[in-house]
Amino acid sequence: MIEDAAFYIFAGVSLFSAIAVVLSKNIVRAAVGLLGTLGGVACLYFLADANLLGVIQLIVYAGGTLILIVFGIMLTSQSPWVGFLPTKVQAIAASIVAVILTIGIVRLVTLVPWAQRNPDELSQSLTVKSIGDALLTTYLVPFEVASVLLLVVMIGAAYLARTEK
Amino acid sequence: MLATIGLQHYLILSALIFSLGVLCMATKRNAIGILIGVELVLNSANINLVGFSKYQTGKGDGQIFAVFVILLAAAEAALAIAIFMNFYNNVRTIDVDRGDELRG
Amino acid sequence: MASITLPWVERNPKTLTSQRRTALTLLYSLAFLHVLLVIASWAWLTPLSSAAKDLTDGRIPLVLILCVGSVIGMLTFVTAALVVTFYRLVGRILAAPWVAFIIFIGAIVGIILLAWLHAEAFAFVKNMAHPAYTDVNPAPKIFGTSIEYEQSVRSIYEQNLEPYAFKIPFVGNVTVLAAYILWPLQFAIVRDLVAVGGIIGFISIVPGFGIWWERKIAGRMQSRMGPMRAGGWHGWAQSAADGIKLIFKEDYVPPSGDGLLFRLAPYFALVPAICAFIALPFAAAWVFRDLDVALIFILAMLGIEVMGVILAGWASNNKWSVYGAMREACQMVSYEIPMGMALLIPVMTAGSLNLGAIAEAQGGGFWTWFIFKNVWCFAAFFIYYCAALASCKRAPFDLPESESELVAGFLTEYSGFRWSLFFFGEYAAMFVISGLATILFLGGWMSPFPSEWADKLIDPNTNHFVATIIRGVVAENPLWFIAKATFMFFLQLWIRWTLPRIRIDQVLYACVQVLLPMMMVVLLGNTLWILAVDHWSWMQTTDMIINWILAALGVAVVIGMLAIASYGFRHNKALVGSMAADQLPGK
Repeated sequence: MIEDAAFYIFAGVSLFSAIAVVLSKNIVRAAVGLLGTLGGVACLYFLADANLLGVIQLIVYAGGTLILIVFGIMLTSQSPWVGFLPTKVQAIAASIVAVILTIGIVRLVTLVPWAQRNPDELSQSLTVKSIGDALLTTYLVPFEVASVLLLVVMIGAAYLARTEK
Repeated sequence: MLATIGLQHYLILSALIFSLGVLCMATKRNAIGILIGVELVLNSANINLVGFSKYQTGKGDGQIFAVFVILLAAAEAALAIAIFMNFYNNVRTIDVDRGDELRG
Repeated sequence: MASITLPWVERNPKTLTSQRRTALTLLYSLAFLHVLLVIASWAWLTPLSSAAKDLTDGRIPLVLILCVGSVIGMLTFVTAALVVTFYRLVGRILAAPWVAFIIFIGAIVGIILLAWLHAEAFAFVKNMAHPAYTDVNPAPKIFGTSIEYEQSVRSIYEQNLEPYAFKIPFVGNVTVLAAYILWPLQFAIVRDLVAVGGIIGFISIVPGFGIWWERKIAGRMQSRMGPMRAGGWHGWAQSAADGIKLIFKEDYVPPSGDGLLFRLAPYFALVPAICAFIALPFAAAWVFRDLDVALIFILAMLGIEVMGVILAGWASNNKWSVYGAMREACQMVSYEIPMGMALLIPVMTAGSLNLGAIAEAQGGGFWTWFIFKNVWCFAAFFIYYCAALASCKRAPFDLPESESELVAGFLTEYSGFRWSLFFFGEYAAMFVISGLATILFLGGWMSPFPSEWADKLIDPNTNHFVATIIRGVVAENPLWFIAKATFMFFLQLWIRWTLPRIRIDQVLYACVQVLLPMMMVVLLGNTLWILAVDHWSWMQTTDMIINWILAALGVAVVIGMLAIASYGFRHNKALVGSMAADQLPGK
């Protein structure tokens, strides 16, 4: 019962912040809204017994990516209140597409009879240890590819962002 | 509506956040705003993965996929910010509509 | 003696001012009312106390409010009335020497005694309910939530307690009364609220004491006394006085900045620091939530804290603030990497991510602490401490708020209560990183002695009370954790007032080109070391020898520090630059 209420609260926080992201004209406020969404979704992960994922979301997304984004905003903005607003036609067209998309996906989700099982009956031994074991056995190839990708990204980003001489 | 939480609740939440992310990508003209929209979309995908992992497989594979998605999102954000800085150095603005030099 | 003057206090002790007379009348009448209420409710309760045996009995909350509540109310009002009556005596006591330390240490010891008493009462009641249950010494859990608790309280109500019940005249059945008092704790939310109250109380003690302590240390290092007026003995109430002043200061929001984010930013700085305490264990069972990912959780919370600083700088719309925020952003993001890697070393050595398990692995005396384990752990401790100082924006890495170049950095536009919220967050984060260093490298809540000694000292006939004390001193105790963490906290203050601030390019150079490569070597070295110790027997001997050398080095450093300190203490008048106050003309 409390868990259900908690789901609605965290889902509400995420959705509200996502709406704030879309509606805010100031880009820093949008980033703060994104922080709300990330935090709410991390709480949802905690609720779904995905502790490790929730913590990774907080440390990588909220503590790393988001700070990078805010850093990027600070480096590229000329004054705090410059907003680039879309034209009315663009905004209306985008809203219509988004509404159609929402209705379509929600309709699809409610139509499909998902084979759903009770999570209490599933053997849930999702400790950090089991996920770590899986990462180094079953998912070893993606894991290694990901580490190579990160290296490539690191070098690429450093090359792109260097000062021209 | 206020029933016991199931898979559908996760999926609907994910669908709503996905649409908001798409809307954000479409309406923001600040390049970093578009990046924020992409992050929203990736988050909605992660909610899906966690929901399926909890209610269908019960194993950790959904979570591991989500970990990879987060990793890719971080990599993508780092590269995107680097590109935007370059863009800003060349065009002196971050408005994506100004990047139309290659338009015929 | 510093005299305390309050506006409502009369000059002549013979006369009463009208405010004080009103306050006294009100307090005494309220106290008298509560005495009546206590008598009435006890009289009403005594027949009831043997009747309500069902956990869901609706009368229990009523009895709780009437009996327990009225007793607490009576004590509160009688104490308040006595304080107002004998305010001169109270003021004299407060101004007496050592009151600050007695209050601070008394608060901590009191909390621990309370928790211990609570555990004892719980064990007593449980023993009443299950006489066959032999383990009467459960771990004290004020921060913990245990299902056992709920079951035990439930069983008290379900069982017939008559054979074990003994009645005290005018009070009633002790067992049932204890069960009544424990009744609210059956709900997880009540236990959580109690624990959250404990955490917030601790977080408000830490900055209050820490700021005063820092100012005293700064004063001593600069040959002056530091705050001396507020409160009495060595200005112990300085932080409280500052807090009251800050609350009444003008609440300024820069009109050209972003008002919403300006108001939000202090909370982004404070709340993650509080959240970090959710997973920080003070002892084996003294943790709010025993997460298996506690280490990464705390790291994540410290990472999010930066967001508050960046937003504060941005929303102020002031160039000094934005410079401070930019510095904080790049400093934090870069120092998180060596810090996280340094934290991996104890995790690898202990083979577990659980903070409790890591601390338990260091229980065999101080030479088994991970800082002395091998050279790599030794290096990792110092790298962690440097990186933690930087990520906590403490000197010599306090570039974001460096007052000599950036006015006050991101704090330039802040005033009043919002300003103090940043400091609450900063001092809480300082305690968190000190606590992490303690758990991961310095044995956590384990004492410097091997924990087997406790088993040898306690033979089965030892009194239960004595055995608890022996175990607390020789084996493990939250006080050990608090003492070690406080020492690490002191080290931060010491470094701050010793080292000069370094430049921002030096800060980033130190991270990216010094700490990070060093940490990579240490990480690789520790991995290979652990593998080698597992594979070759001669490596085990080497490992042991290095362990002993490092432990001896640690002992030598501690003895040297104590010797220097005692020399300074004995010769403080003769040293160059000794207390300016001692050389005043009047002395």
